[in-house]
Parts: sequence; C-alpha cells; structure tokens
Amino acid sequence: MSESENLLEVRDLRKTFRVAGAGKKRLCALDGITLDLKRGETLGLVGESGCGKSTLARTLLMLERPDEGTVSFDGIDPYSLRGKELLNFRRRVQMVFQDPYASLNSRMTAADIIAEPWRSHKNMYKTRKDREMRVRGLLDLVGLGAKAADKYPQEFSGGQRQRIGIARALALDPDVIICDEPVSALDLSVQAQVLNLLNELQQELGIAYIFISHDLSVVRHVADRVSVMYLGRIIENGPTEAVFDRPNHPYTAALMSAAPKLDSAQRKDRILLKGEVPSPIDPPSGCRFRTRCWKATEICATTAPPSAADPKIAGHAAECHHPLLAEGSMLATA
Amino acid sequence: MTAAVDHKPTVRQTDAKPVLDVDGMSVEIRTINGTVRAVNDVSFTARRGETLALLGESGCGKSMTATALVGLLEPVADVVEGSATLGGVDLFQVGRAKRREMAGTELAIVFQDALTALNPLYTVGTQLAEPFRIHHNLSAKEAKRKAVDLMTRVGIPQPESRLNSYPHQFSGGMRQRLLIAMAVALNPSVLIADEPTTALDVTVQAQIMALLRDLRSEYDMAVVLITHDLALVAEEADRVAVMYAGNIIETGPVSEVFANPKHPYTKGLLNSVPVNARRGDDLKSIGGSPPDLQAIPEGCVYQARCPLAREVCTTTRPPLDTVQTGRKAACHFPEEVSNV
Amino acid sequence: MSSGIDLVPVKPTTAIVGEPGKKRAASKWFQMLLNDRVAAVAAAILGFVFLTAIFGPMLVGDLATKIDLDNSNQAPFTLAHGWANFLGTDPLGRSMLARLIVACQTTLSVAIPAVVISAIVGSAIGMWAGFYRGWRETVAMRVADVIMSFPSLLLAVVVLYVFSPSAANIVLVLAITRIPVYLRTARAESAELQSRLFVDAARTFGASASSIIFRHVLPIVLPTLLTVATLDFCYVMLAESSLSFLGIGIQPPDVSWGLMVSQGRTYLHTAWWLSFFPGLAIVITTVSATILAAWARIATDPAQRWRLTVPQKRLSRFAKTTKRI
Repeated sequence: MSESENLLEVRDLRKTFRVAGAGKKRLCALDGITLDLKRGETLGLVGESGCGKSTLARTLLMLERPDEGTVSFDGIDPYSLRGKELLNFRRRVQMVFQDPYASLNSRMTAADIIAEPWRSHKNMYKTRKDREMRVRGLLDLVGLGAKAADKYPQEFSGGQRQRIGIARALALDPDVIICDEPVSALDLSVQAQVLNLLNELQQELGIAYIFISHDLSVVRHVADRVSVMYLGRIIENGPTEAVFDRPNHPYTAALMSAAPKLDSAQRKDRILLKGEVPSPIDPPSGCRFRTRCWKATEICATTAPPSAADPKIAGHAAECHHPLLAEGSMLATA
Repeated sequence: MTAAVDHKPTVRQTDAKPVLDVDGMSVEIRTINGTVRAVNDVSFTARRGETLALLGESGCGKSMTATALVGLLEPVADVVEGSATLGGVDLFQVGRAKRREMAGTELAIVFQDALTALNPLYTVGTQLAEPFRIHHNLSAKEAKRKAVDLMTRVGIPQPESRLNSYPHQFSGGMRQRLLIAMAVALNPSVLIADEPTTALDVTVQAQIMALLRDLRSEYDMAVVLITHDLALVAEEADRVAVMYAGNIIETGPVSEVFANPKHPYTKGLLNSVPVNARRGDDLKSIGGSPPDLQAIPEGCVYQARCPLAREVCTTTRPPLDTVQTGRKAACHFPEEVSNV
Repeated sequence: MSSGIDLVPVKPTTAIVGEPGKKRAASKWFQMLLNDRVAAVAAAILGFVFLTAIFGPMLVGDLATKIDLDNSNQAPFTLAHGWANFLGTDPLGRSMLARLIVACQTTLSVAIPAVVISAIVGSAIGMWAGFYRGWRETVAMRVADVIMSFPSLLLAVVVLYVFSPSAANIVLVLAITRIPVYLRTARAESAELQSRLFVDAARTFGASASSIIFRHVLPIVLPTLLTVATLDFCYVMLAESSLSFLGIGIQPPDVSWGLMVSQGRTYLHTAWWLSFFPGLAIVITTVSATILAAWARIATDPAQRWRLTVPQKRLSRFAKTTKRI
C-alpha cells in the first residue's frame, strides 16, 4: 500500500435538486467539490447545516447520482459500473450513520443487522457457520460480547447501537468508511469510547475515514486533514492543526471562534457574523460568503474567489480574495 | 475591516439574592415493573443575574427536574417529595390556578426543539402576543405592538413584516429566538433553558447564548441552563450542578469545579472531552454504561464505573457534603479525585 | 471498551424497559391487553365468536335445518320448548340459537377471506408503489381512486345481479372494493420508510428492491395493516349483511346473520326475535373488533405503548402531580 497514493479523488462534483415551489430554480447542494483522500487517512468534513456535507456523503456512497464531475476510487469511476461490478464495488465504501436509533431496524437482531450486507453479497461467507463466526468476530472487534448477537436494538444503549452500526459497516471489509456524525447523538462518556474504537480499527485495519461532524473538538481529535464546507463548496482545506489554529478563510475563523471551548486558554474573542446563511436555491454571486463577511469588497461580488494557497503550510488552501494569511488566528481587535 | 466581536464578560461570582430554591425534590415514574426514581433528593438554588448549569448525560434526570418544576411532567411521573420555592410560593403545593398565574410571569422555560414547541397553525405574531393577552389582558392591537418590540429585542430582522409568518418559515436559530422571546415576554424571575442550542449550528449557538446573556442582565433573571455540553457550561455558566442517575453529585462555581473536580464522575467527563489529547491518542473514557434506574445499587450510584470504588462505596451512599466553601460533592474520597 | 451488556432504559419515561427478546413477547402483549379492561373483554368476545364459527356447527348438528312446524315462531327466554329453543324459533320451527351459530360460520367465512385477499393484494401493490415512487406510484394511486369512486355496495349489487350470487363471488367483489384502503395505507408507509436511515444503509450494500421491501418495509408496515384489517373486517361483515338483506348475498338454504335479519323483517311486530338476535350478533362482533383495533393501534406503536403499561387511572396530564407528603 503506497502511502502517498490517493484512494479517492473527487473533482468538481456538482449536484442539484428540484425543489417544490421554487419553479425553475434548483437547490444547489454541491457546487464543484474537489477533494482527495489517502489510504488509512482520516479526512474531517465540517460545515453547518445546509452546507451539503450530507449530500456529499450520499453521493460518495452512490445513493445519489451527481450531475457533473468525476469520482475516482482507486482509479475506477464507480458511476460507470453496472450490475455485478457495481455490486462488488459497493463493498469498498460503507457508512456509519448519525442516529443510532434510526439506522438500525428495530425488528432485527444484532446478528441479523450485521449479517444483512452478506445477503446481497452471497459469495463472501458461504456457509451459515462461516457467517456466524464472522458475526462473532465482528462483535468482538467492536467490543460487544458474543451474547449480543441475539438481542434487539431496543435492548442496547445508544453507544452500543452505534457499535453495532460500526460492525455492520465493517462486514464487507471496506476501504473507506464515511462517518456521518457518528458520535453526535451519544453521551459524552460514550463518545469517547466510540472514538477510541474508531481509532483502533483504523490502526488495525488501515481503513480511511471521511469524518463528518459539526463538533469541532471531536474533528480536531480524529482528523488528519480537514475540509470546511459552506453552501456547497469546500472553502478551506488543509492539515488539521493548520485549519484550526491558523485559518485562512474568514468563515473558518468565525467557526473556530464560535465553538465553546473547555480550556479557557484557547478562548478568544468571538466573531459574530451578520445575517444568516443564504438559501442554497439562490446563492450569492461571486463569493458565496460575502453577505456575512466583514472583509467583503466589490471584487467578492463579481468574481468567484480563487484558491489561495498558504505560503507557509503545504496543502493548506482557502478560496478567498482576502485570506487571513498575515493575521493568522489573532484577529485585529477593534 | 475588522470583524464584529463579542467581548465576553469574565464570569463573575455573585452573592445575588436566591430566587428559586429547590429542596430535596424527588420524582418517581410508575412503570410496568414498579416505580422508578428518576430524580432523587435534588436541591439547588438559582440566583438573579446568574446562570446555574445542570450538567449531565442522558437519563441523569436533568430534563425531568425542569419539567417537574414547570408542572409539565408526564402523567406517569409524580413529584413524591421536596419543595421548590419561588417568590415565597412552593410550586408543588399550590393549585393549578396559581401555577397558571406564575407561568410566564415568574417562571418560564425554553425547550430544545423550537419547531415542535411552536404551534404550526398560528402565526408568529399571534403566538408572541398570547402571553400578553392572557396575563395582562391587552387588546389585540396593543399585544401585537408588544410582540413587535419583543421580536426586535431578540434580534429578528424586519419584525413588522414577519408578524404574519408561520414558524416553519423561520430558520432554526430564528425559531429559537422566538421561543426565547415568548419565554421572557412577561419578565420572569427564572428562565429554564433545556438544551436550548443542542440542535443548532455552532455559529447560531454563539448568537443565542449571547442573546440569553444580554436578556439575563437586562431583566435580572436567574437562568437555569440544562445541558450535556461541558464547553458550553465552561463558557456560559457561573455555577454548576453535576447530575448522575438522578442525583446531584457535585456543585460549585464552574471554574473551580472544572479546574479541580471533587467527584470521579466529573473528572471522568472532563477527561472524555477531546481537548488537548493529541491526534491518535486514546481518550480516557469512563468504562461501562449509565445504570439502569430500576436497579440502582445500594451505596454510591457511581460505584460500578468508579476507579476509586471501595467497600464503603457499596454500603453507604455518600451525602452531598461541603468539601470547600461554596462547593459540595457526594463522594467518600473527594481528595483522591485528582489522581483519576 | 464496554464490558458486557447492560440493560439500560432508552428514556426514563419509556415504560417497557429492557425487553429480553422474543421469548417473553407473548406475555408482554397479554399483559398490555389485560391492562385495558375494555379491550380485554372485546378480545374475549371475539375469541368466543371465532370459536363458535369453527366448532359451533359441528356441535349443533342439524338443529339449524330441522324443520319442526309445531314449534314455529316460539318466543325466546323460556325453556318450555327445550334448551335448544332458548332464543326462540323461526317460522319453520328451526332453533334460533342453532341458526345463529351456523350463520356465524357463514358470515365469517365470507368476511375473513375477503379481508385476507384484499389485504394481501392491496398491501403488496401499495408497498411496491411506495418503494419506487414515480410513475408506478401514480398509476397505483389512480387505480385505487377509480375503485374508490364507485359506490361499493352499488358495484356489488350490479356484479352479483349479473353473475350469480355465490359465496365465492361475494368474497371476490368485497375483496376488490376494499383493496384501495390497504393500497393507500401501505403506499404511504412505504414511501415514508424510504427516507429512513436503515433503508439507506441497505441500499449502500446493494440490496435489491424486493429484499428491502420484505426485510424492512413489510415488518414495519404490518402492525398498521393489521389494525386497518381489523376495522375493515367490521365493514366487510356489515357489507355482506347488507347484501344478504337485499337478497343478493347469501342465498337460502345457507344462512348468514344478514340473511336472518332480512328474513325476520316481515315478522318484526309479531316475532321480534327473528331479526333482533342476528342484528345483536352483528353489533357485538363489529363493536368488539373496533375496540380491539383501537387497542392494537396503541399496542403496536412503541411510542404510545406506555399507556397500556400502567393502570388506567390518572392518565390525564392535568392531574395534580404531587402526592400528599
């Protein structure tokens, strides 16, 4: 496994939806997404509601078809596959869902839930004994005992249900697991357990994660690299520490300052953005953040901002006409 | 150009007057297997101009405490003992008429999910005017004017034109502002906020908390903030009461409790937050799961998950004792917590 | 890592805590039934009716058909003419009690197959339409609309008049007119389930449409369909009774409750019991089924189930919430 090789390459992905009542206008959920994911790496995806991160996750899982753009998974375009090839391909990307109560069918036992993927991939574990053994193995791997196999989801706590969801995602031996807010619905003490579990699984099995979360402290802990989304575009991208401590994009800076911090040493004055997130049906022209940005000038309304690379940190870039390069994370106080 | 910045006042200790005094409150739920004690012997005080946080994970009883105080318990739950004194009146002893009178004028609550807390069939103007029409007997026109004032106060743009909009036409943050507006309309003494920002984005959360802070000082209210978010408590609350399995296990000023906790559960929570852990390190999680409320063991409620548990913990339940001035903890070994 | 499985309540107010698997499921339902006294009585009555339908005619033998003109039109509630005639006799001297029992079997043997057929066909089409949405859904809904827009009784009258009114035809006609109810219910639930996360999860591992429908949609839709079916059973029973009353349902010498009501019509002033008892039987059965359907609606909904797990008193939210200390 070459470490520098990109496992997943997404270029210029676009997806719109028809919206009832909006007439001809369509809801632009993804407006040109470009990202890379390496083997065994964790990419954090942050953004507020409506930014399109769920749509991106669903598109990468092929639950939605993109309108434009390319996805290249290990050199293959999954959207060109059909039939059996497509079915085999589905094994490589799996998802852990946000809601541990809604993502498991409450009428199936834990063993049924974990084994369900194999019903569509019958060549994986042919005999019943093989399947039972593998279910036991997976339950052990996620820290639930073998006795959990015959119980129903109602008999488990939220954290344990999430573990079942993780076991189900592992059932097909995927290369990439997309975690859509996997710990948001869990209690704090359980969050830590599940995050530790995800970490161990990555170290043992070499799985890459795309970790979607709105909880910045969690993302900071788990991600190698972070992409920040706003209204369907990735507006900043880079190594975790760089994006968190030295954000280049004003939105990222506002986001980082808004999150409450336990450690008082990390607290700085909070930036208050004006206005609200514009509707994705009618995004602002030019830079979509300009309606709320304190640095906006005329050029921001007319031209889409270019990707400005951070000269000091490789792989760190933001789409902004006036990036915060010189000021770093300390905002000029009034 | 520089950004608009919210200068946060440093959290200050106050000796303000206590306005809500809860003493020894317990709530039991009737289930098919017998009664379950969801809240056990809970006591706390809320003071004017101060934010008290009830901190705990799901199932610890914090939300049930709030609903018991405002009289909205589900039919299967009862307050079985204790008192809650607000303005000289014990909320659990007065009749429904008096409770109705106090709702909104003395005690108000803001819930988590604004969409379900607002009636989708009435306009926002009608709902905001409702408190004034009920309690102050204002005419429709006057009440509407008050509603507009309220909307301006909580920062909703173009309030006159939005009076006739319906709740679903607002964004989540705006709806939460509406709920807050309805709650503070009659200038209550105590405002209970039950997970007010859990469902909101982080930038909106910052705005809402700033609004609550402003309203608190303007109306000189006591705010009881119910949440599971430690960072939020650290930034917004003055004092904190940590709950576990229906009991309060630690209280005190926030900065002191978080810097030097005197209960292993508080310490465990603080360890679970990925604050300064490095990438790739495991977080020090608390093992096990919260106890089954129907099978709370004798002795300390936390014994099954506590790294300091000893024999005395299985036999005697530690009372909530003072460990330092202004701080209490329910633990037999509060001094050893720093080793956890 | 968490050690072992701890049974934890999902929410403090969810009364059913830590259900330990299928083994005790039956007693859980029984307990919920007992907690609702009215529903328990209704269930007992319905059980009795079903048992009568199955075993009754065997026990009664030919009492229902033996013509005994000496005993014609005897009044009920006396044992003077034998215990079999406790509910009176009809103009041909046949025991009312025996006829009621045999009619029970006939009535149910029309109502139940009609419900079963319409439920299976309607639900299958509905789930399929709701899963795929798009044109399949539109077509299915329009077909349902067409069937529903015909006054069903009128349609039945026409069909049975043209073709002979045999029991099989009656079942078929009633089944067809009731399909839309199941179709619409199943379609609505199926369409709503498409946005559920576990259905998405199934799609991510490439599950086919039929496996998603059987594995996920059907088990969840089933309780609602059973509730609808119970209510529909009442309707079908009444419809059959109406058809028989009009003379195009069950034909003599077969007997159904509706037919008995019809035959007793001319004697209402002189022999009131001829129409009264079969009418009462219809009412009791339909009311019991309706009550049981209401119970089933609550029992099969995990969110509402708590109402059946505690005694009925003080279910009002506005009762005082403190006990005297």
